This record gives sequence, C-alpha cells and structure tokens, in this order.
Amino acid sequence: MRLEILNSGYTFGTKVLFAFIQLASRQPVPDAAKLVFYRADFYGDPMKNITHEAMRGPSTWSVGDRELMAAFVSKVNACEFCIGAHTATAIGAYHDEARVAAVLSNLETAPIEEPLRATLRMLQKLTREHSVEAADMRGLLDAGVSREQIEDALAVCFAFNTTNRLADAFGFFVPGPRGFESGAQYLLSRGYK
Amino acid sequence: MEEKEKLHQALVSRVLEGDGRASRAERRAAFDNATLTEPIHGLVSKVAKHPTQITDDDVAAVKAAGLSEDQIFELVVCAALGQATRQYRSALAALTIAVGDGGL
Repeated sequence: MRLEILNSGYTFGTKVLFAFIQLASRQPVPDAAKLVFYRADFYGDPMKNITHEAMRGPSTWSVGDRELMAAFVSKVNACEFCIGAHTATAIGAYHDEARVAAVLSNLETAPIEEPLRATLRMLQKLTREHSVEAADMRGLLDAGVSREQIEDALAVCFAFNTTNRLADAFGFFVPGPRGFESGAQYLLSRGYK
Repeated sequence: MEEKEKLHQALVSRVLEGDGRASRAERRAAFDNATLTEPIHGLVSKVAKHPTQITDDDVAAVKAAGLSEDQIFELVVCAALGQATRQYRSALAALTIAVGDGGL
C-alpha cells in the first residue's frame, strides 16, 4: 500500500488479530481488511456498519444479488481488487459461477431476472455518470423493482463506489485466486463487521 | 431506509466534524472536491473522478509537500466518501421524484 501507516501502523491488539487471521486463512490479511482496522474510529468502524447493513442486512435482494452488484459496480469502476473479491464472493453465495461470469461479461445478454438487470443498468449509469434522473427511476419502478429494492441497491452502490476509490488510491495488493477465495469464505461466514 | 440513512449520516459527520489530523476545513474541501492547494488538490480530484489513474508519484508528491500520512489518509477517505455521497444523494432524490410522480 502507498501509505506505510496502512502496512504497519496498527495497535498491538490488531497485529495479534492479523496474525491470527493469517494463520487461520493461510493467506496474507487482505488490504481491504487492513484499511478498516486503521484508526477504526475515524472511518473503519462506521463504514463497516454501513457495508454490513447494505450487504447482509434485511433486503429482498439475496446475498448473491448484492455481492453481484458489488462486483458489477467494481467492474464499471475497473477496480481490480474489488472485482476479484466480490466476483469470488458472489459465486460462493449463488453457487453459480456461470451466472456471475455472464453478468460481468455482458449485462444485456446474461440470463438473469429482468428487475435485477434493470437495477444493474441503473447502477452502471450512476457509477459512470455520477447522477441519474427521475426518468431512470420511473423505468426501474415500471420494470417491477420496488422502492425498497432500489434503496437497497443504492446502499450497495454507495459502499462500493467508496471502497473502489480507496482501493485504487491506497494501492491495494491484488492477490491470486486463492487469496480471493479465502476472502470470499470469510465474507460469506462473517459478513463485513 | 431509516437505518441506512442514520448510518450514512454517522459516517459523514464523523469524518468531517470529528477529531482528525487534517483540519475540518481541509476535510470538507476534500469531501466536496473543492479547491485545495496543489498537490493535494490533484490527488483529491483523481480520487473523486479518476481513481484508477492514481500513481505512486501522486501520493509521493503530497508527502513531499509536507502532509503527514495520517493527513493524506483522512483527505483521501473524505474525497472517496464525498463522491460516493453525491452519487447516492442524486439517486435518492431522483427516486423521490419518481415515486412522487407515481402518486404514492
């Protein structure tokens, strides 16, 4: 990482926790985890609350749908670390690699439900252009997406538009497939808290 | 939604108004992608609009200008949250209008 404090500026207790995670997972602690432990009262703790609520809180979108949204937003932002992490987590949640691969390769032809496709299309526009119009939202409502589902998807989009930027700015190390797989297992069993 | 709104507010007010190593004015300017002195302004702008283009040199330049790593950490976090928050607010406002139009 580009800031030395994010590599080594941790309290003794956090270093012990990192050593434990590394031992249990047999992988280096992911930079995304390190970031939320650095001066956690400033950013990490309140952000973990938001991300956990968005990704694992009550919603009619499944965990797989929300992880897919996270991977998809990361793809729109071309954030390598987050694409890898959330592609692996979405595949694990759905137990369906082909579905995730199809969406990330071509949203328009992927064999998914239309409300999910329409929602991902809106997230793509919001992420690329930084704003959307009421007409976009009317289209989504007409496609059968509820107001609550739109709000839930926007919370996922917020979390990953933040995290994607921090991953690129701080220069997160991009692990190989084993590292992503291990991270995905952690996120599926423990969530984001 | 109320829970999400509450958590979002808590995060934004913590990073902007709580204690920090960068001044509150600088954190607010980074959040707003508003004018800061160079080279921090360049880094903050890239975080907001072109994060994949950030290089080691961008961060090194800000350090060379005298900012501490903790100040850089805070300002980058504020810049990322600011841009994501503007997107989020835009979308929620559009949704409110759309729902209102539907007579709900």
